[in-house]
Amino acid sequence: MSNVPADLRFLKSHEWARLEADGTITVGISDHAQQALGDLVFVEAPEAGRQVAAGEACAVVESVKAASDVYSPVGGEVVAGNAALGGQPELINQDPYGAGWIMRIRPADKAQFAALLDAKAYEAALAAETH
Amino acid sequence: MGLRTPLFDVHVAAGARIVDFGGWDMPVNYGSQIEEHHAVRRDSGMFDVSHMCVVDLRGARVRDYLRRLLANDVAKLTQPGKALYSCMLREHGGVIDDLIVYYMDDQWYRMVVNAGTRDKDLAWLREHAGGYEVSVEPRFDLAMVAVQGPNARQKAAGLLEPGLAARALELGNFFGTAADQWFVARTGYTGEDGWEIMLPADAVAQFWGRLRDAGVTQCGLGARDTLRLEAGMNLYGSDMDETVSPLESGLGWTIAWDPQDRDFIGRAALASQKASGVARKLVGLVLVDRGVLRSHQKVVVPAVGEGEVTSGTFSPTLERSIGLARVPSQTADRCEIEIRGRLLHAAVVRPPFVRQGKAAIAL
Repeated sequence: MSNVPADLRFLKSHEWARLEADGTITVGISDHAQQALGDLVFVEAPEAGRQVAAGEACAVVESVKAASDVYSPVGGEVVAGNAALGGQPELINQDPYGAGWIMRIRPADKAQFAALLDAKAYEAALAAETH
Repeated sequence: MGLRTPLFDVHVAAGARIVDFGGWDMPVNYGSQIEEHHAVRRDSGMFDVSHMCVVDLRGARVRDYLRRLLANDVAKLTQPGKALYSCMLREHGGVIDDLIVYYMDDQWYRMVVNAGTRDKDLAWLREHAGGYEVSVEPRFDLAMVAVQGPNARQKAAGLLEPGLAARALELGNFFGTAADQWFVARTGYTGEDGWEIMLPADAVAQFWGRLRDAGVTQCGLGARDTLRLEAGMNLYGSDMDETVSPLESGLGWTIAWDPQDRDFIGRAALASQKASGVARKLVGLVLVDRGVLRSHQKVVVPAVGEGEVTSGTFSPTLERSIGLARVPSQTADRCEIEIRGRLLHAAVVRPPFVRQGKAAIAL
């Protein structure tokens, strides 16, 4: 079973988003996603300053098996990409909701965050996917 | 639901992630693919390869039949149990399949063909069997387990019948030995020492469990792919198929040109391709920039032309991305790979990348 923290929001495409105290939003991929991908070997996170739209493919995670796009849950400006993933992509496998975060975004429209799936809705989407 | 091997329930119970592989429901990993890969390079691992098809070919003229059907020459096989790797070709030189054939006795050869090509292989084998009065018998009653790694033979030997174990431990590379319905061969698809073991399907679940108890790591098709690619071995359907010849697939060494009067199927086409110059070749790649090679990525060889990656992955042993690519024959030691709209640098190398746990190329 995969871990779905109650305090996060999600996309059906398995990204998570967390609203930080400073108003930025941290984004990563869910525990379910890292399990499905397997051992991660390469991550391309976006650079600070890049403007992204909600739903835009703006990072790539590659496992031994395959490459997958990571979609931004919200529109806005990237304020940081996780540089540690360059040398340690396995941080996503080890700690998908912590050290394995991928990017931080300053949202242009806070309402987009509120409209994301909550943990319960994401768990329901996972259940629907696997049955 | 796809086809299942006799070990399917064992894989599910062990927590394997199951994927479709050429119509078969197969374990891709049991947790970490990279750990499974390292287990084979450093100690021992086992693979369920029961989806591959064992075919027994029997008849007084079976040798002549195989000398006609295979690009490599079974006349090289003079000792019982000796194995040969070969391509089976269409008349135009395209590869129907790559396979291993064992010489059992003068009227019996045993072939192991790929799972995804099984039906067309059997059809081709049968189509040509009539003229030679050869019987083509697929052995669906057999399962097959590969145990691979520096300690694999030692760990598995204790689980075999003692007489078979003693003979199996004496086997040279590319030899096999039989006992009743069991057959043990010193072959593999990982670049490590080890055995491929054929055994009755109804005995395989217990044997698998005993191997696990003996400390052999269960490995899925994911690790099998990274291991074979590090070992520089082709995968049928990715690195070659019916649209290319062995000469364009890094498999020229498997064509037996001598004796010159042996008229194997595809010979004329290969000879004419060779005479007019083979336009493409299969090479190894090591990605210099950061990223991961994947099949179908475009290869750009400045001032020469273009090619395509046929297999690509991250090499757990080298911690680099490696691959195989079909490129223009004039390609030298550098090329560029188009990945997500950017051109990344790659070095052209001669496989294997890894043999017996060690890097086989300069990095």
